[in-house]
Amino acid sequence: MKQLIQKLTDTFSPSGYEEAIRSVIRSEIKNYADDVRVDALGNLIARKGKGGARIMVAAHMDEIGLMATHVDDRGFVRFTGIGGVYPRNLPGGRVRFIDGTRGVIGLEGGVFGNDLPPLEKMFIDVGAVSRQDCRVKTGDVAAFERPFLDLGDRLVAKSMDNRVGCAVAIEALRALKSTSNEVYFVFTTQEEVGTRGAQTSAYGIDPALGFSIDVTGWGDTPGQRDFDVALGKGPAIKIRDGGMLSDPRIVDWMTGVAGKNRISVQREVLLGGTTDARAMQLVRGGIPVGCVSIPCRYVHSPSEMVDYNDVQNAVKLVAALLKAPIKLSGAR
Amino acid sequence: MIDILLFLKSLISAPGLSAYEGPVARLIEEEWRPLVDEISASSLGSLQGLKKGHGKTPRPSIMIATHMDAIGLMVTKIDDGFIHLDEVGGIDVRILPGTPVLVHGRQELPGVIAMPPMKTLPEDAREGAIGLRHLLVDTGLLPTQVNKLVRVGDLVSFNTPPVELSSEILSGHSLDNRASVAALTICLEELKNKSHLWDVWAVATAQEEETLGGAATSAFQLNPDLAIAVDVTFAKGPGSDGWETFPLGKGPTLGWGANLHPYLYEKLKGLADKLEIPVSMDITPAHSGTDAYSIQVSREGIPTMVIGIPLRYMHTPVEVISVRDIQRAGRLLAEFISGLEMDFVSKISWEDEDAK
Amino acid sequence: MPNKTPVLGPAQFKLLEKLCNAVAVSGGENEVRTIILDQIKPYVDEIRVDALGNVLAVRKGRGARRMKVLLDAHMDEVGFMLVADEGDGLYRFKTIGGIDTRNLAGKQVLVGKERKPGVIGAKPIHLTTSDERKKPLSEEALRIDLGPESKMKVGERGTFAPNFRRIGPSVMSKSLDNRLGAAILIELLRVPHPNIDVCAAFTVQEEIGLRGAKVAAQYFEPDLAFVIDSTPANDLPMQYESENTFYNTKLGLGPAVYVANASTLDDPRLVRYFEEVAHRAGIPYQIRQPGGGGTNAGRIQRAGLGAPVVSVSVPHRYTHTAMSVARIQDWKNTLALLHVALVQVTPSILKR
Repeated sequence: MKQLIQKLTDTFSPSGYEEAIRSVIRSEIKNYADDVRVDALGNLIARKGKGGARIMVAAHMDEIGLMATHVDDRGFVRFTGIGGVYPRNLPGGRVRFIDGTRGVIGLEGGVFGNDLPPLEKMFIDVGAVSRQDCRVKTGDVAAFERPFLDLGDRLVAKSMDNRVGCAVAIEALRALKSTSNEVYFVFTTQEEVGTRGAQTSAYGIDPALGFSIDVTGWGDTPGQRDFDVALGKGPAIKIRDGGMLSDPRIVDWMTGVAGKNRISVQREVLLGGTTDARAMQLVRGGIPVGCVSIPCRYVHSPSEMVDYNDVQNAVKLVAALLKAPIKLSGAR
Repeated sequence: MIDILLFLKSLISAPGLSAYEGPVARLIEEEWRPLVDEISASSLGSLQGLKKGHGKTPRPSIMIATHMDAIGLMVTKIDDGFIHLDEVGGIDVRILPGTPVLVHGRQELPGVIAMPPMKTLPEDAREGAIGLRHLLVDTGLLPTQVNKLVRVGDLVSFNTPPVELSSEILSGHSLDNRASVAALTICLEELKNKSHLWDVWAVATAQEEETLGGAATSAFQLNPDLAIAVDVTFAKGPGSDGWETFPLGKGPTLGWGANLHPYLYEKLKGLADKLEIPVSMDITPAHSGTDAYSIQVSREGIPTMVIGIPLRYMHTPVEVISVRDIQRAGRLLAEFISGLEMDFVSKISWEDEDAK
Repeated sequence: MPNKTPVLGPAQFKLLEKLCNAVAVSGGENEVRTIILDQIKPYVDEIRVDALGNVLAVRKGRGARRMKVLLDAHMDEVGFMLVADEGDGLYRFKTIGGIDTRNLAGKQVLVGKERKPGVIGAKPIHLTTSDERKKPLSEEALRIDLGPESKMKVGERGTFAPNFRRIGPSVMSKSLDNRLGAAILIELLRVPHPNIDVCAAFTVQEEIGLRGAKVAAQYFEPDLAFVIDSTPANDLPMQYESENTFYNTKLGLGPAVYVANASTLDDPRLVRYFEEVAHRAGIPYQIRQPGGGGTNAGRIQRAGLGAPVVSVSVPHRYTHTAMSVARIQDWKNTLALLHVALVQVTPSILKR
C-alpha cells in the first residue's frame, strides 16, 4: 500500500484540474468496481454492489495548489492560492505546473528578517529571464513538489491530504469482495475550495447515508494544545468539525463496528476545517453523515505526515463498515 | 387548552443541541401528536407534522419552520479532570465564566464554567475577555472519576433554571428558539377548531444554529408552496436600543428584506391590523438570520416570510421573553393559515407584473 | 437561416442608459425587471418570473439532442435601505451589497418606487477638526436627507442617483455592474441560436450572496452555463513601487474570461473553448486575474447534478460607486465573443 500512496501523492492535480489523478485512480479501481462513471464536475464514481442500502463514501482527490495571476516583465510569476495555502508553508518551496514547468517560491525582501510576508509579496521563479521567455501564463496551475519519504511507521509527502484518503478508499474497495449494500466510492473534486464536488455527486447518488474519508489535524507536537488526536492511536471517528456535526447514530455505528473488530479509534472534535461530509449532509432531503479521519501532522504543508498503522487500520475499519447490512439505531 | 407557560418551561429544560435534538424532539412530538394527522422525522432529525387541509387534492401546502435546536458546548479534551470546550452555535464567550452547566457524559454531571487563575494562562491571554480555549468546566469530581464518565465529544448544556420575572415574562436559556416552537404549538391548537383548505407542515427544524441544515433539507423534501419561519428577534434592552430592536411585549415582528417576499409581508400586516395584533417591521436588508434563508432558495424558490418574537439577551442563559407575544404570534399564524384560499399562490406577485 | 449578428446601435445605447438609470437594488429589482420583460417578450418562447423575482426565459432551438445553455446576467445593483426615520426628512440607512462607505458622503441618491431624490450630506468642513478629517465617515454616522416633507417609509430601497453619459470611447454611469451584462443578454436573445436551447436567467440578489442564480439553475438544469457579468478593472498606475500586479482586468483589452474566483473554479474546457473562439474570430480578450470576487457561476456549477460553467465579463473601473467607467469597445467585443461562442458551441467542447 505504501507504493500506492506514493503513486497518488506524486500526481499533480489541484482543485478544478483533477484530470491526472482521476486517470491514475481510475486505472487502480477499474478491475474492482462494478461500474465506473464521471459526473458533470469531474467526480469519479465507482459502484460496488447492487440493490442494497445506498451508501456514499467520499474521498477527495484534489489537492491545494497555486494559480498564476501575473507574469512580470522579468519573468517572475505572481500567484494566488487554490484552497488553504498559507504563507508559512511557502518560502523556499518548490512547485510544479501542470505542464511540467518547475519553479521555486521566492519572497520580496529575501529570507532575512523575522516577519512573514503575505502571498501577494511572493512569486514563483521558473528560471525565466523575461516574460517572453516564461512558459507560464495567467491562469496556469501548480502544486507543491516534494519527494515521498518512507520513515518506517511514518510516511511523509505532499498531498497526503487527501491522497492517503483516496488510498484507503481504493484498498477498501479492493477488500470488499462482496457486500449486501450498494456502495458508491466517490473520488471527489474541488473539496479544498469548498467541498464542491461532493455536493453534486451526492445529489446524483441520493444515498441513505454516507461518510467521507479525509485527513484531520493533529494534537501531538510541541505547541499543539486544543486537539486531542494523535498519530499512531488509530483512525479517528469525527464527532464534529468546523462545518458540521456528524449524525450521532453514525458515530455510534462506527464506534460499534470498530469495537467489534478490535480496531483502536480516537474521538475527534476539530475546531476548524471541514470535509466532504458537510456538503453531503445538506443535499436534497438530508443525509446522515460522518467521517473516518486519518490523523495527519503539518496539514497543508508540503510535508504532511501520517502513521502507516493508522492508515491500515482505517482500511480495516472502512471495509468492516461497508460489508454488512447497516442498522442505525439509538436516539440522537 | 395547553398551558403554554408549563409547556415552554418543560421545553427549555430539555436538552437539544444542534444535531442532538432527540430529547426535545420527543417532547414536542408528544405535544403535537394529537394536533396533527401524521408525524415523522427527517433524515437530519427535524420533526415534521402534517395537518391536512379540507381543500380538494392536489392541495397546496405551507411549511412553518421553528428550529428546536439550542446552542451549547462540546467537550474537546480533558486535562487533569478539567474539561475543555468548543461551542455549538454562536456564543458570546464573555458570559460564560460562572455559568452553571450540565455535562452529558455517561451520567448527567452538573458543573460550572470556571475562569482559571490568570497565572496559569499564557501572558498574552490574560487581559480582556478570556477565550473559550482557556475556560474549563469543573464538575467537582476527581480526575479519575471524570475520565470514567466523560469523553471527547460529549455535550455540555446550560443548566440555568427558568424563572418567571412576572406573570407574563419568562427568563431562561434556549428560549431561542423554543419560544417559537411554543408559538407554533398554539397555532396548531387553534387550527383544531378552525377549518383550513391548505395542508400545513409544522416543522421543528434541526441544526439551525450550525448550518440551517434542517430547514434546507425539509424544504427540499416537503417542497411547500409557501413557508414561514418563526424565530426570536432582538428586544430593546440595556445596550440594545437601535432600529434593529423592538419593545418586549408589544407584539411580534414581520420580516422585511430580500430574503422575504413583500407580498407575504403585506398580507400578514393587513391581517394583523384587522385582528388588532400589534406588529412591527423587522428590517433585514439581505440575510434574515433565520431558517428562511435556506428555505427561500430551495428547489425552484419558495416565497418565504419571517415572524419574529422579541427576546432580550439572546444567546445567553438568561434570555427574557413575553408570553403574550408568543400567543400573538401563534394566533396570527393560525388566522393566516385558515384564511388561505386555494389559488393564493397564483395571486402572489411582484408589483410590476401588472405590466405583463 | 442566416446567423444574424447583434450590433450596438443607437437603440442599444438608449436601452443601456434606461437600464443604468433604473433603481433596482438587491431584493427590489422591480424597475429593471419590467424593462427586461418588455424587451425580451417578442423573442422568447417561454417566460416566467419566479418566487424570488428572477426573469426566466427560453428561446428554443431546433434539432434533436440540443444542449441547454444557461446564460445568466444578474439584474440587481448595490444600494441601501432606509432603516430608521429620525424626522425632518433624515433617515438612517444600511448598505446592501459591498459598498466602500468612503464613497457615500456628498452624493445624490434616488429612493423608492417614486424615485424621490435626496442626498447623503456631510458636516461642513469649517466645523470639523483636523483629527476628525483623518477618520472616514462610517455608515452609522451618515444620514440620507430626503427633505423635510418626505413621506418615505423605512424599508424602502435606493441607490446613487442616475447619471449615465457616453463620453468619447467610454460609457460612464452607476450600476455598470451589471446593467452591461443584462444589456448583452437582451441582445443575445434578439438573434436566433437554433443549435441550442437558450435559457436566459436575469437573476436577482447576486450582490448579497448569489441568491437568485441558485434557484434559476435548479429550475433550468442546464448542460452548461455562461455567466455574463461586469468585473473591476483596477488598472491605474501604482503610486509606490513600479508595477501594478493587481489590476484584475484592464480597460480596452476586451472581454474578461474567468479562470477562478472565490466562488468558482471555471471549467478549464470552457475557458479553452472561449480562447479558441476568440482566436478564430479575431476578437480580443483577456484572462481575468484569478482569485477574489464572486459571480453567479459558482451557484450554477453546483446546483442539482452540476454543470460546467465559465464567467465572461465586461471590465469597468470604480466598481460599486456612484460612477463607473467602461469602454464601448469592450462592451461590443464581449457581446461579439458570447454570440460567436453560442453559435459554435457543440457537445464536443465538453470532451474530457
